[in-house]
Amino acid sequence: MFNFLRKWFSRKTPEAEVETRPLSPEEIQVSHQMAPLPRREIGQLVAACSQSIGRQRELNEDSLLAFTSTIAGNKSNSAFGLYIVADGMGGHQFGEVASNLAVRVVASTILRKLFTSFLDVNPKAPDQSLREIIEQAFAEAQRIIQREAPGSGTTLTVAVVIEQQVTVGHVGDSRAYLLHPGGHHEVMTRDHSLVKRLEELGHITPEEAASYPNRNVLYRAVGQGDSVDADIYTFSLAPTDYLMLCSDGLWGVVPDEKIARIVRESGTLDQACQRLVDAANEAGGPDNISVILVRWVE
Amino acid sequence: MVTQSITPPSFGDERASQRLAPGFLLANRYLIQEVIGSGGMGSVYRARDMHFPNVPRLVAVKEMINTSPDPLVRQTIVQNFEREANILATLNHPSIPKIYDYFSFENRSYLILEYIHGKDLEAIINETPGFLPEEQVLHWAIQLCDVLAYLHNHKPDPIIFRDMKPSNIMINLSGDVVLVDFGIARTFQVGQKGTMIGTEGYSPPEQYRGEATPLADIYALGATLHHALTRRDPRLEPPFSFSERPIRKINPSVSPELEAVINTALEYEPAKRYQSAEAMKEALLNVARKTGALSRLPTAATISSSAIKPLWTFKCEDEIRASPILYQGKVFIGSYDYNLYALDAINGSFVWKYPTEGGVVTRPAVYENEIFFGSEDGNLYVLNVRTGRLLWTYSTNGPVRSSPRIAEELVVFGSDDHRLYVLSIPHSRALWTFSAADAIRSTPLIAQERIYVGCESGDFYCLDLRGELKWRQQARRAITASPILVGQALYFPSLDGMLYAMEARTGWMLWRFRMAKGSITTPANAENLIFVGSADSHLYAVDIRTGREAWRFRTEHQVSGSPTVYKDAVYFGSADGMFYCLDARNGRLRWQFQTGGPITSAPLIYDDIVYIGSADHILYALLA
Repeated sequence: MFNFLRKWFSRKTPEAEVETRPLSPEEIQVSHQMAPLPRREIGQLVAACSQSIGRQRELNEDSLLAFTSTIAGNKSNSAFGLYIVADGMGGHQFGEVASNLAVRVVASTILRKLFTSFLDVNPKAPDQSLREIIEQAFAEAQRIIQREAPGSGTTLTVAVVIEQQVTVGHVGDSRAYLLHPGGHHEVMTRDHSLVKRLEELGHITPEEAASYPNRNVLYRAVGQGDSVDADIYTFSLAPTDYLMLCSDGLWGVVPDEKIARIVRESGTLDQACQRLVDAANEAGGPDNISVILVRWVE
Repeated sequence: MVTQSITPPSFGDERASQRLAPGFLLANRYLIQEVIGSGGMGSVYRARDMHFPNVPRLVAVKEMINTSPDPLVRQTIVQNFEREANILATLNHPSIPKIYDYFSFENRSYLILEYIHGKDLEAIINETPGFLPEEQVLHWAIQLCDVLAYLHNHKPDPIIFRDMKPSNIMINLSGDVVLVDFGIARTFQVGQKGTMIGTEGYSPPEQYRGEATPLADIYALGATLHHALTRRDPRLEPPFSFSERPIRKINPSVSPELEAVINTALEYEPAKRYQSAEAMKEALLNVARKTGALSRLPTAATISSSAIKPLWTFKCEDEIRASPILYQGKVFIGSYDYNLYALDAINGSFVWKYPTEGGVVTRPAVYENEIFFGSEDGNLYVLNVRTGRLLWTYSTNGPVRSSPRIAEELVVFGSDDHRLYVLSIPHSRALWTFSAADAIRSTPLIAQERIYVGCESGDFYCLDLRGELKWRQQARRAITASPILVGQALYFPSLDGMLYAMEARTGWMLWRFRMAKGSITTPANAENLIFVGSADSHLYAVDIRTGREAWRFRTEHQVSGSPTVYKDAVYFGSADGMFYCLDARNGRLRWQFQTGGPITSAPLIYDDIVYIGSADHILYALLA
């Protein structure tokens, strides 16, 4: 990328001014990213997503939702985003029903409780905490799945973004990442999988984990068990960071370093999402792939 | 059997509306009395068997409502339910409920079981203050081994209970155990995103791989006993993490012998556990024979408070309720004796003092050689920091208990006259004031071109620097503490007993953490923890990302002095008169220092020296 930049900036010499060929989207975007842009008047969220059935499954059991909103005006500016990835469990047990129900139930619960208060004539923050609302949304998803598709289950990773504050609710082994500048990244969720737990306990090494036979076994899933206990974390999203939600069809197939590199080197968010899905399919596409990328720009 | 149609469920999708109502006569025989439990697929009722009209014979009615739209799924669910009935029908043991009947109507299936008078173990654990006595748990453990041995020796095939956990163990009126819920009969599919059997937290590792053997039940029994003795619910902890929570570390009254038996049951490798329920029972009996001889080990001693000698002390003429600041080698501290004192930070010697007409409970602020502080006489005072000479004052109509904060040539503070004042320092006059609903004793926070302040009415205000209200939130009681900003979120407690986390620009609540009593302390932050004191006499450390308690430390009285973080420790005083230094990561006491009166102010720590005032009139300088 730096070679490319050098090329680009060297083009800003007098001879480059003579050249008038149209710029590719990539060139435009990189210049756009790297130039010290004037600060925007309003901060906002931008997001893109992509999904693929993969190359080996006959059924897409992943579901996702991406909802981004900006309200700007004289009184105040507010950004709100809701992003969900759910990966349904197991073949004939209606994993696709479970993941779809989870996404819809959680989205409707959160939008009803949170987003409508945004649109109120006299906007007032809800009197419940985000944590409580997300807990309720997961409990509701659990209830509906047990009623509509008993025996099935799904992973569920939900990110509610208010301005630059991200709150993630999480069950299962889909993931939320923060990708920082310079290729450094953080996994913000903890997989509720047997293999991850064995790795945490030091019973197997990360290398063994990558080829462990029961890699898909979860110890926590929405729809399974008496009640669902979501991990809920809150953290802030810097303008230089990317928030990424994805199913294990991406992170289990494409190494984290490669994911970070693809995102950094892509011009736009939707390009990045498409390239991530392509990379997972090129690596064999053994599972369904879902990815959402979010940034804060100001 | 006489069948009877069941009232169809109403179209509302609430499960409650599908429940059988009290007074409903099921199958013309079982008179429903009340719901005694509910699960994912139906409820459990207590009912009276009307075939015995002259005696009130009670039964438990276990209901399963099959709502799946898919015929294949419906069939599997019914088969599982039947399997439970068939297993129970073949069993005869005092710790297993008897089955009386089994039938289905439309999409509902029912098991009629012996009604167990009593309470489940989970409820007993939760309702018992403190820990259950070891002898009690031991008694139940031996009975549970008995019933497991009975199940595991069942012919032709052993029965694996698979779901041993406190909520599936009833303790009847005689104090004996009865296992309930033989409902788990799900098989395990390899190669797909796995299903789970058993209950997370209690199940052994191999059960997640689909293996259910007698050794899995032994592990789950170990997990159940661990829960009963420690009160730590394993469903709230990572799986297989019992070794990270040694029983005796949480509950030192448990004997090492019993702990050892439970640890063996909880071995990660099945081969290292007891190889049968009989073997475990034998080990438990050995513990029971021995424990009478054991005495409690003394708890670890802490560093005695007399070991710590102050570097210096300075005595005022009345209580110190304010927090000090340090500037150019001097410590500045207000006192209830109406004075603001300037002291030499090295030796505590007196430099100057300035008398006001009221108690000084505010922490001063310094800006370009001017020192600002409020007094209960209603004034904000501005002095020359070197000489203590008065430069100017600003009068309000109530005591000033909110400490001044300075940013961008503005000084901001609140008053008991319900106003927030914003003064221009160069012009020595008010730019604007903001009318709040009640007294402002909270110290304002100025950050990101916003002013954040709490109010005794319970309101919390966010204003821009021109005085326009950006948002307002409300707690149930007063907000006397000052907020802190970490990242994009504000943290402050209220007298309503909550610690609030709010997104700073919108005022949306991220989480709230409940304490037993209210708090007036300004929180402190280190890494991923927020520290806050409470009138319930604890200092809490709350995880900033989850809003859950990381640890708590108990003092002997209210913690009304705000904590301060320095290096890897958290420092605070309590109304018990003690000043504490704790390890910030785990809350372990490093040292404590006894003062002669309650501590209600925050310490200042600089260059490894702690400055803390106490109601005993003394400002102490201690080595951090």
